[in-house]
Amino acid sequence: MNSFTYARPDEIAEALREKSIQVETTKFIAGGTNLLDLMKENVERPTRLIDLNHLPLSHIEELPDGGLRLGALVTNADTAYHPEVQSRYPLLNQAILAGASPQLRNMATDGGNLLQRTRCYYFYDLATPCNKREPGTGCSAIGGYNRIHAILGASEQCIATHPSDMCVALAALGATVQVSHPTGDRSIPFEDFHRLPGTTPHLDNNLTPGELITGIDLPAKGFEKNFSYLKLRDRSSYAFALISVAAALELDGARITDARLALGGVAHKPWRDPEAEALLIGQPATADTFRRAAAKVVAGAKGQGTNDFKIELAKRAIVRALKQATEMSQEINVNAFQNSNP
Amino acid sequence: MSTVIQKPLDHQPPSLPPTQSVRLTINGRESFLTVAPWTTLLDALREHLDLTGTKKGCDHGQCGACTVLIDGKRINSCLTLAVMREGADITTIEGLGTPENLSPLQQAFVDHDAFQCGYCTPGQICSAQGLINEGKAKTEAEVRELMSGNLCRCGAYPNILSAIMEVLENGESAMDDKQWSAGNTKPKMDPVNS
Repeated sequence: MNSFTYARPDEIAEALREKSIQVETTKFIAGGTNLLDLMKENVERPTRLIDLNHLPLSHIEELPDGGLRLGALVTNADTAYHPEVQSRYPLLNQAILAGASPQLRNMATDGGNLLQRTRCYYFYDLATPCNKREPGTGCSAIGGYNRIHAILGASEQCIATHPSDMCVALAALGATVQVSHPTGDRSIPFEDFHRLPGTTPHLDNNLTPGELITGIDLPAKGFEKNFSYLKLRDRSSYAFALISVAAALELDGARITDARLALGGVAHKPWRDPEAEALLIGQPATADTFRRAAAKVVAGAKGQGTNDFKIELAKRAIVRALKQATEMSQEINVNAFQNSNP
Repeated sequence: MSTVIQKPLDHQPPSLPPTQSVRLTINGRESFLTVAPWTTLLDALREHLDLTGTKKGCDHGQCGACTVLIDGKRINSCLTLAVMREGADITTIEGLGTPENLSPLQQAFVDHDAFQCGYCTPGQICSAQGLINEGKAKTEAEVRELMSGNLCRCGAYPNILSAIMEVLENGESAMDDKQWSAGNTKPKMDPVNS
């Protein structure tokens, strides 16, 4: 780790001001579970850390429209186990609990979870070219070992994936990110928060420099009756997703009246395909319907050489997740792979 | 011939890194440390306080050997800075029991042959204590899942599981307020009850 100075402001305005002094070389730190890892690898080298943990952002509160606001500093564990999240947004509870480990979930914050960076091996390895770490140097994953990399939305400059589970559920639910800046506050719809790599792979998200996430708003609809978070990975626990699916349905008998489908492990951001969701709505909740939607999702998918399996795997995972959501057949609170039948 | 440098240095002599002081309560005792900001809690415990029970396995939050309890909640001490934990109530493996007075979990680990080389063991026990404090895991499958943040290269998992199950099935072994510290016992931020 490089040497740095450390401050711990007590107010949001103070934190924003501190950051704005040296916006490019100063980083906010909350849980630190990703930032400190990146600093130990010298991928991130801030010269000043601003500790957010004294800011008044660690509450979960109901919103007037029936939704729920997650304070940016609430830990992932506290969020998952919050009674309102468990009863009204169990998809989010299952997605959070599918990620990381209990120790990490006790430390990681909701705001930080959005900002965690890719786990691409080349991004982490300073000896290799990486357009995300150093724009213009090239992408070592393209033509390299790319098992964990993207099959959708990638570019010639970067094929990295976003590693979060929580974000896949937030994408499916249609959350809104609340953000503060010295010049004012704004709300960012979740689908607009993370970016695709395009020609700017060094940018993970659409925050402007100096902006601070203050909260994540969940809409009133939580799909608590029919949901499934399916995570497929090389180990049966404590590993990032090769493919994950957040599926949520609203059913009227056997007919789908509303549907959300988001994928993790496939792209630079959680992947939602509104056209695939439209193929579900109004249809019977059967395997044929699910297969049609799955085919649409992967229609533009492109393998990179060592991740080609993800295309077929994603298709089958979507069908299975939708089936599990319909039947509510997935065992809760054991890992997402065990005991589920295809 | 003398090896002592005769000439004065012609450049700025290297300076010591800036340090700050941090107050931590560890196993019920208040400690004041003077550390550089980049000192992890793990390094503070091992290097500054000689509490070497907590182990450095991977130093990247991937193995769980560095697990300690803060306000009864398990965390990876390698992925937090000592300065970030000002005022915290920390329990390490040394605080859970002594050789003369093993905690129920420690006794169960001995009884069930739940360790071989022992390197992951302090982290396993602290993590298991955290699991018991959480009160979420009830079945073997749930304990396996909620202990998945602690790796054991010797493969002692089946016996670790049975040790934990025995303590779980025997009832209340969650840490009570007395075991944390005098004074500051409840976590400061408690969104569930706020």
